[in-house]
Amino acid sequence: MTLTVTNLTIIRGGLPVLADVSFVLETGQALILRGPNGVGKTTLLRTIAGLQPSLNGKVSGAQDQIAYAAHSDGLKAMLSVTENLSFWAEVFGQSDISHALAAFELENLSDRLAGTLSAGQKRRLGLSAVAGDRTAHLGSDEPTVSLDTTSVAMFAVAVESHLKSGGMALIATHIDLGIEQANVLDVTPFIARNDVAMGSSVEAFL
Amino acid sequence: MSLWEYANPVKFLRLSERVLPMLWVLAISSTVVGLLWGFFFTPDDIRQGSTVKIIYIHVPAALMAINAWFMMLVASLIWLIRRHHVSALAAKAAAPVGVVMTLIALITGAIWGQPMWGTWWVWDPRLTSFLILFLFYLGYIALWEAIEDSDTAADLTAVLCMVGSVFAVLSRYAVNFWNQGLHQGTSIPVATGERSVADVFFVPLLISMVGLGLLFFALTLYRTGTEIRMRRTKALLAREGRN
Amino acid sequence: MKALLIRDIRLAVRAGGGFGLGLAFFLIVIVMVPFAVGADTGLLSKIAPGVLWIGALLACLLSLDRLLALDFEDGTLDLLATAPLPLEAALSVKALAHWITTGLPLVIAAPVLGVLMNLPTQGYVWLVLSLLLGTPALSVIGTFGAALTVGIKRGGLLLSLLVLPLYLPTLIFGAEAAQRGAAGADASTPMLLLAGISAATIALMPFASAAVLKVNLR
Repeated sequence: MTLTVTNLTIIRGGLPVLADVSFVLETGQALILRGPNGVGKTTLLRTIAGLQPSLNGKVSGAQDQIAYAAHSDGLKAMLSVTENLSFWAEVFGQSDISHALAAFELENLSDRLAGTLSAGQKRRLGLSAVAGDRTAHLGSDEPTVSLDTTSVAMFAVAVESHLKSGGMALIATHIDLGIEQANVLDVTPFIARNDVAMGSSVEAFL
Repeated sequence: MSLWEYANPVKFLRLSERVLPMLWVLAISSTVVGLLWGFFFTPDDIRQGSTVKIIYIHVPAALMAINAWFMMLVASLIWLIRRHHVSALAAKAAAPVGVVMTLIALITGAIWGQPMWGTWWVWDPRLTSFLILFLFYLGYIALWEAIEDSDTAADLTAVLCMVGSVFAVLSRYAVNFWNQGLHQGTSIPVATGERSVADVFFVPLLISMVGLGLLFFALTLYRTGTEIRMRRTKALLAREGRN
Repeated sequence: MKALLIRDIRLAVRAGGGFGLGLAFFLIVIVMVPFAVGADTGLLSKIAPGVLWIGALLACLLSLDRLLALDFEDGTLDLLATAPLPLEAALSVKALAHWITTGLPLVIAAPVLGVLMNLPTQGYVWLVLSLLLGTPALSVIGTFGAALTVGIKRGGLLLSLLVLPLYLPTLIFGAEAAQRGAAGADASTPMLLLAGISAATIALMPFASAAVLKVNLR
């Protein structure tokens, strides 16, 4: 399973932000997206995951298997840790959450309501809901916000084990996660320079 | 030379600028001629006296109320399928004109019926259907206003127009069903049905219908031009902002 | 899919989930009616089927903005949209959960409130049956409205403006069926038409709902 992105031009608010992005991602690989704030990493992830249309270019391969996870991670305060995790596990076709609980050291918290966790614990829970899963490929947007170094390490380990079992990961982050199989793509060179591109909404009116 | 050329906003603007002056003249003159002729130069009705003359506004307005929605439906489909911005903006521009036509139809319908019914409103199936159409128009316009991003608004309102059309037709049948049991004799007689034989009534009616149709066309064309100019301004500003 | 259903039901039932609010609202509306129109039991008994239908419909309407807005804000919808499950199916399941936690309780409460409205004895069965057949349509149509307005801040009022005209056919046939039943007349035609509307909307609305939700997730 290969994710191939060819000459992708993505838009935000009718104007192109990144143009002609190309890369190839194989199973077992991770790609780290780097770049200054606002450059378009989130838009790129969302476009690849299929949530937003692109202006030009193609995404082929594993596109419909990418789960997009950002800060707001779909956790419900009134459900327990176990209930939250089992829900997302089932949605993505899994049934066993013990790996996820162990990987992020959440076993002691398994019956606590998610709303009673600390911020860091909530982030770990959010990550475990998506990173713990073996079948979907991971598109992750700034996953390590408000995590301490131990938790960041836990995330890196979980991603590595996800990669080893045949997943792929696309992660936008400023932090060096220390993942072995990761390549880094700095998206700054792809910033769209021309003011409008063919076919964009804005261009139609000029 | 295909009609699709005018999907280009700039070409559309140029065409409408050329066409509008004459269109306004035609529209206003035929409307005025139709109404004046109908009101002052036709004989009174035996049964209804002179109040029946209100059909010269009521029927054309009612017709346009429905045609306007139908035009919005077609424009919405064109937007969804071919992504022509002019089409989406034309639907947006037509809606307020349509809602006013609906309102005129409702008010003139009530005025017409008052002498017969003794009250300003009855839940006659036809009038009720127009009231429901009025609500659909309001919802459509409100949705356009509530959403910031133009393309998102265009997509959402287009789907709403389609779903709304299905439910509007469904409501028509439901309302007919619902009013079966109620007072039968109060429905407004079909104006064209009773009068199409008599030329003296029909010709001014026809002229009014044409006039109001042209008026709708002119107003919508004008308003679409305004919408295009607003989008153009936003696009130019956006380009400025980037450089 | 089952997981989504169970989760939504759990969330609705737990504290702060909003379960019971619909019922309370239904009760309050019905209680207000005699205060507004007078306590003449003859009048109340005549308008009972229609008023009960309106009360149930409004109670359904009020719980709609919780349906998708919360999931939109916390990223659940993004994840669901990119999950293996088709969005149409997910929305159908959410509508089902809405019906189970809002519509169904209203159906059960209706006969009780019917007593307050002096509903004729023969009308109870028809009222319950019409609500049972009609409330699923209300949930499914409401889901469409919720998907349409999910991105709009404080879009509750706009949601009502958009959804209420769409509710009219269901209301007309449902109330007519309940009315005829209460009067002892044959209610089969409106009942069948009501069932038809429910079936058609359950089958078709999820596609429209998914389409507009995808637009809002862009």
